[in-house]
Amino acid sequence: MLQSQKYVVPLLLLFLGVIVLGFLNISLGSVNIPFKDVFASIFNLEVSKETWRYIIVEYRLPKAITAIITGSGLAISGLLMQTLFRNPLAGPYVLGLSSGASLGVAIVIMGASVFGGAFAGILLSKWSLVVASSLGSLLVLLAVMLASIRLRDTMAILIIGLMFASLTAAVVSVLSYFSPAAQLQQYIFWSFGSLGDLSWNEVGILAMFWLVGLVLAISCIKNLDTLLLGEQYAKSLGVSIPRNRLIIIIATSLLAGSITAFAGPIAFVGLAVPHLIRQVIPVNNHRILVPAVILGGSALMLICDIAAQLPGQEYTLPINAITSLIGAPVVIWLLVRKRKFLF
Amino acid sequence: MDQPEQHSILKTINLDIGYSTKTEKTIIAEAIDIEVNQGELVAVIGVNGVGKSTFLRTLSGVQDALKGKVLVKNEQIQQIDSLELASLVSLVLTEQPISKNLSVFELVALGRQPYTNWIGRLSKNDLRQIKKSLQNVGIEDLQNKKCYELSDGQLQKVLIARAIAQNTPLVILDEPTTHLDLYHKAYVLKLLKKLTRKTNKAIVFASHEINLAIQLCDKIILMQNKKVTTGSPKELLESGAFSTVFPEGLIIFDKASASFKINP
Repeated sequence: MLQSQKYVVPLLLLFLGVIVLGFLNISLGSVNIPFKDVFASIFNLEVSKETWRYIIVEYRLPKAITAIITGSGLAISGLLMQTLFRNPLAGPYVLGLSSGASLGVAIVIMGASVFGGAFAGILLSKWSLVVASSLGSLLVLLAVMLASIRLRDTMAILIIGLMFASLTAAVVSVLSYFSPAAQLQQYIFWSFGSLGDLSWNEVGILAMFWLVGLVLAISCIKNLDTLLLGEQYAKSLGVSIPRNRLIIIIATSLLAGSITAFAGPIAFVGLAVPHLIRQVIPVNNHRILVPAVILGGSALMLICDIAAQLPGQEYTLPINAITSLIGAPVVIWLLVRKRKFLF
Repeated sequence: MDQPEQHSILKTINLDIGYSTKTEKTIIAEAIDIEVNQGELVAVIGVNGVGKSTFLRTLSGVQDALKGKVLVKNEQIQQIDSLELASLVSLVLTEQPISKNLSVFELVALGRQPYTNWIGRLSKNDLRQIKKSLQNVGIEDLQNKKCYELSDGQLQKVLIARAIAQNTPLVILDEPTTHLDLYHKAYVLKLLKKLTRKTNKAIVFASHEINLAIQLCDKIILMQNKKVTTGSPKELLESGAFSTVFPEGLIIFDKASASFKINP
C-alpha cells in the first residue's frame, strides 16, 4: 500500500488549478487587457500599451500573489488549529485570532489620535500595524491556549474564542466612539479586508512571514499526525507536546497575524479550506494535507478575489464579505450533507 | 507458569502513586513492589476509583511517582529519553482517538511514528510491521475502513494493533474491555494472551473482568485500600486475597469455582 503515490494526481490537479486561476485572476479587472498582453507583461516581453504593463506588474500581480499568500496562510493556520485543538470548528477567525489582530490594529489606528502628537506618526506606519496585529493575535492565541490547558473540553475553548471576539468587538466600539471620523474610516476600511493595497515591498515582507510560518508548519507535519490521536497517545509516541504546541502557536500567529495586518481580517478561509480538502482528498496524513490545503487555500482566495471584481466595475467588493458569502454556504452545505464534520 | 529466568521488563521499587500539588500530596497507593517479565499477561484489578488508571499512568511514565522507582528494562523511567521510551512502552488508553476520520491503516501506521524519518515516511520495514500487527490482531480485512465505521469491539482491536505495531516489549492497556459484550471481552483478553505468547511481549492491563482475568492471566495485581497485592491467580486464590476486593455483603468470592457471585 503506497499511501503517498495515490494522491499525486489530485495534488497536481490542484496545482494546475491554482496556476490557471492565477492567470485568470491577473487577466480580469476593471481595465480589459488581452490575454496576449497579460502574458507579455508577466514575462517581460513587448506589450501593446505601457499602462497595461504597469497595471499588471504593479497592481494585479502583487494582488494575485497576496491572494495566494493570504489564502494558503489562513488555510494552513486553520488546519493547524483544527489539529491542535482537535476541533473541527477551529480556525483563526473562530478562535478569535482575527479579533485579536483587529483589536491591535484598532488600538493603533484609533488610539493614535488619543495619544496624539509625534507618537501618532510612528504608530500609523504600516509596520506598526503589522506588529500590533501580530501581537494582538498572539495574545488571543496564548489566552486560548492557556484556557485549553486548564479546560480539556474543546467546546469550552471555542466558547472562549467567541468571548474574546465579542470582548475585542466591545473594546473596538468603545475606541471608535471616541475617535475622529478619519481614523474610524481608516479602521473600517482595514476591516473590510483588501488584497490590492500592497506594494511589492509589502508583498515581500508578508511573504517572509508566510514562509517562516509555512516552514514551521511543515517542520511538525509528522507530529501533527500523532496529535490526531490525542495528546496522551502523542506523548507515548515520544512527541514533545509543549514544544510542538509552541511551534504550532508561533506558526499560526505569524501567519494569521501578518496576513490580517496586511490584508485585513478575512473570515472563513481558515475554517473552510481544510474541510473542503478533506472532502476532495479523503486523507488525514498531514504530509498530503498540508500541501493540499496550501493549494486549496490559494485557489479559494483567487476565486474570491475574482468574484470581488467580477462585476467588471471600477469597484472592488470588500474581500472579507466575499469570503463569507462564498464560505458560509459551503460550510453549511457540507454540514448538512455529511450530517457531521468528519475530522 | 512462573519462569524466573525470564527478563524483567517492568519493576517497581517501593513506589507511591498519587497526585501532588504545591501544598498537599494525595497518596492513592503506597509501597508498591511488582515485577513483570517478558511474555507475561498481567491484570490490574480493583474497584472503581481505587487508582488503577493512576497506577498505569505512573508505570507508563505519563505521570510522575510520588516516591520510589519505576524501572523499565532495569532503567529508571524518568531517565529514559521520551523517544526511547516510545520504543519500550506502548499504550492503549480509555480515551478514544480523537480523529475518527482516520482509516484503520492510518491509525495503526501511527504506531510506527517513533521509527520514521522527520516527515513520517513509512519504510518497507514499517509497512511490514504494520501488516504483521494487523495480522496478529486479525483485522486485515478492516484496514481500509474509517474508524467511525467500526464497532467498539473492532476499534479496540485496532487500538491494540497500533500498540503492537509500535513494537515495544511492554504494552499497557487501560480498561481494554469496557463497553464490550461478554463475548468480545473474552475475545480481547484471549487475544492479549495470544499476543504475549506469540510476540513475547509483556502486557499489563487494567480491567474489571476479574473472573476472566483469573482464568487467563499469569499474574494479577490487586489494588485495594491504598495497598497492592500481587501474585499468580493461584497464589492469590490460596491466600484468600480476592475475598476483600469488594465491600462486604453484595458480592462474595466463591473459592470452589474461583469466581465472584452475587450474595443470595
